[in-house]
Amino acid sequence: MSISVNHISKHFGAFSALNNINLDIPEGELVALLGPSGCGKTTLLRIIAGLEQADQGDIFLKGDKVTDKPVKNRQIGFVFQHYALFRHMTVFENVAFGLRVKPRRDRPSNEVITKKVHALLQLVQLDWLHDRYPDQLSGGQRQRIALARALAVEPSVLLMDEPFGALDASVRKDLRQWLRNLHHDLNVTSIFVTHDQEEAMEVASQVVVLNHGRIEQQGSPSDIYDHPVNAFVSRFIGQTNVFDLDEHDADWLQTAGILNPHQEGKIAHVRPHDIIIEKSTTGKAAPATVKDWQHLGALIRLELVKNGVNGSTAHLFAEMPNDQFKELNLNRGDKVDLKIRQAHWFH
Amino acid sequence: MNTIPATPFIASKKLTLSDSDWVRYALIGLTLGITGLFLVLPLAAVLIEAFAKGWSTFSASLTHPDALAAMRLTLLVALVTVPLTTVFGISAAWAIARFDFRGKSLLITLIDLPFSVSPVIAGLIYVLIFGAQGWLGPWLSEHDIKIIFAVPGIILATLFVTFPFVARELIPLMQEFGHEEEEAALSLGASGWLTFFKVTLPNIKWALLTGVLLCNARAMGEFGAVSVVSGHIRGLTNTLSLHIEVSYNEYDFVGAFASASLLAALAIVTLVFKTVLEWQQKKGLKAARQPVE
Repeated sequence: MSISVNHISKHFGAFSALNNINLDIPEGELVALLGPSGCGKTTLLRIIAGLEQADQGDIFLKGDKVTDKPVKNRQIGFVFQHYALFRHMTVFENVAFGLRVKPRRDRPSNEVITKKVHALLQLVQLDWLHDRYPDQLSGGQRQRIALARALAVEPSVLLMDEPFGALDASVRKDLRQWLRNLHHDLNVTSIFVTHDQEEAMEVASQVVVLNHGRIEQQGSPSDIYDHPVNAFVSRFIGQTNVFDLDEHDADWLQTAGILNPHQEGKIAHVRPHDIIIEKSTTGKAAPATVKDWQHLGALIRLELVKNGVNGSTAHLFAEMPNDQFKELNLNRGDKVDLKIRQAHWFH
Repeated sequence: MNTIPATPFIASKKLTLSDSDWVRYALIGLTLGITGLFLVLPLAAVLIEAFAKGWSTFSASLTHPDALAAMRLTLLVALVTVPLTTVFGISAAWAIARFDFRGKSLLITLIDLPFSVSPVIAGLIYVLIFGAQGWLGPWLSEHDIKIIFAVPGIILATLFVTFPFVARELIPLMQEFGHEEEEAALSLGASGWLTFFKVTLPNIKWALLTGVLLCNARAMGEFGAVSVVSGHIRGLTNTLSLHIEVSYNEYDFVGAFASASLLAALAIVTLVFKTVLEWQQKKGLKAARQPVE
């Protein structure tokens, strides 16, 4: 295991930020710590880095217990949300910093440093900016310099705190892809913190979902999306329609065809794309009415009003490909039949 | 306001928001007049009086043994207090900007105390503690340690009044900077000292220099607090500002004003340096903010 987190707990006053966290991250993975704000994900990252001390538990990096080691001896690379570049140094000096502060016996010669820094700047495709100051760079450029700086010391693990959090949407999209490719080339075990599930799914090879200082689920993106272990994960990863059997939905679900004798729990989560819509042939008895729709590029999201048998109404969302939607030729107010392909049941 | 190009919108805004001409000229005139009357004129008077009896009298009164002793003591006081205040200022700013602890706002208020307490009170505090009738007086005289009416007392009093200068300059700056850059340096393997010298210090150097400069000016020019604890022993416990008072009271006007011109020169040099520092700081920021083409 490249990174092992054993029984880590952390309190801030009466607030419990992390609660007995156990986590193993194999060599070479690119892991996302995903959760809503205040779930403890940044605290966990900072504890792994040594920037924060846990109240209990141990951290192992490459098998070494580093719990009591200060951050400077942990051989980690840390990338901050707001870059934290040294504002009084040029880009070159920023990247060279980690090499220049090595103890004399480990410190490379000036030529080696120069060569290495330029190689890193080429890796992040910003060598032409080597004599600029951080204030002269755009956000995306600064983040790439921060990454080059962290990589200069050849860290055994790379830790990134919301690396794209302060960037605008289009830059963020480019950088995600770029980071994925870079990780593929370097293969250094990496963790990044994010509150954006789309970002986690797109970039990471493993996703760890945190909530209220606990790990809810760990797995590959498709694992987590297709088999959420609880209602929180299901709701947090992607859109979901929630049906509660205790309220009034049993008859309706029966009609939609997902109730079966084997289901466990009484709350069903249904992904929008697991709802299949057809124009109603029965007219009045149809289970839902089209209220509105939005174009999401290749997909159309339909907003439906559900007419319960006992006269209740509720809203739900369905998604279908654009061309299929055109074929159906729906109008606002049309009655539709639904089939629910799949549901996740929770208690 | 009046440098804004007069587009119709702004022009109309100016008409409604700006004061009429006579208010403008009256205020500018008043400010200039008061500055001239209360700041420039006395300064000129100091120089005129200092040279009233010619250059030789001026230099003779400055090279008088008592004057030289006063200069030496003033320099000694500054030499001791400025580094101490600087170290205290940096550690206080570090503690306040970096850590959260109970009573932090109380501490910030306390650091400002010397600004609001009359310097005479500051001197009296030390007399009450270390003086012959003070709390520690008997113990000190038993052990033959002299603080009041001696150099240590002068240094203590000066420390009290110069206490906040460096801290006050640094606290807001370090609070604004946050500590991510330092954490970054640590994560890159730098030790605490290296981080301080290579990352923290360069970021705060201009503000630090300004604080040191102001602290130095105050340490050399302090009168009230020092006057209470010094005892005015000629050639021993008279600082330059006390020497001025003593000379003046003895009708040695040239001597008094010659020393005063020295302190005034120090003030002007300080002001010039401070302006240069501020200008340097702005230039640095501007250069760093030039956008990439």
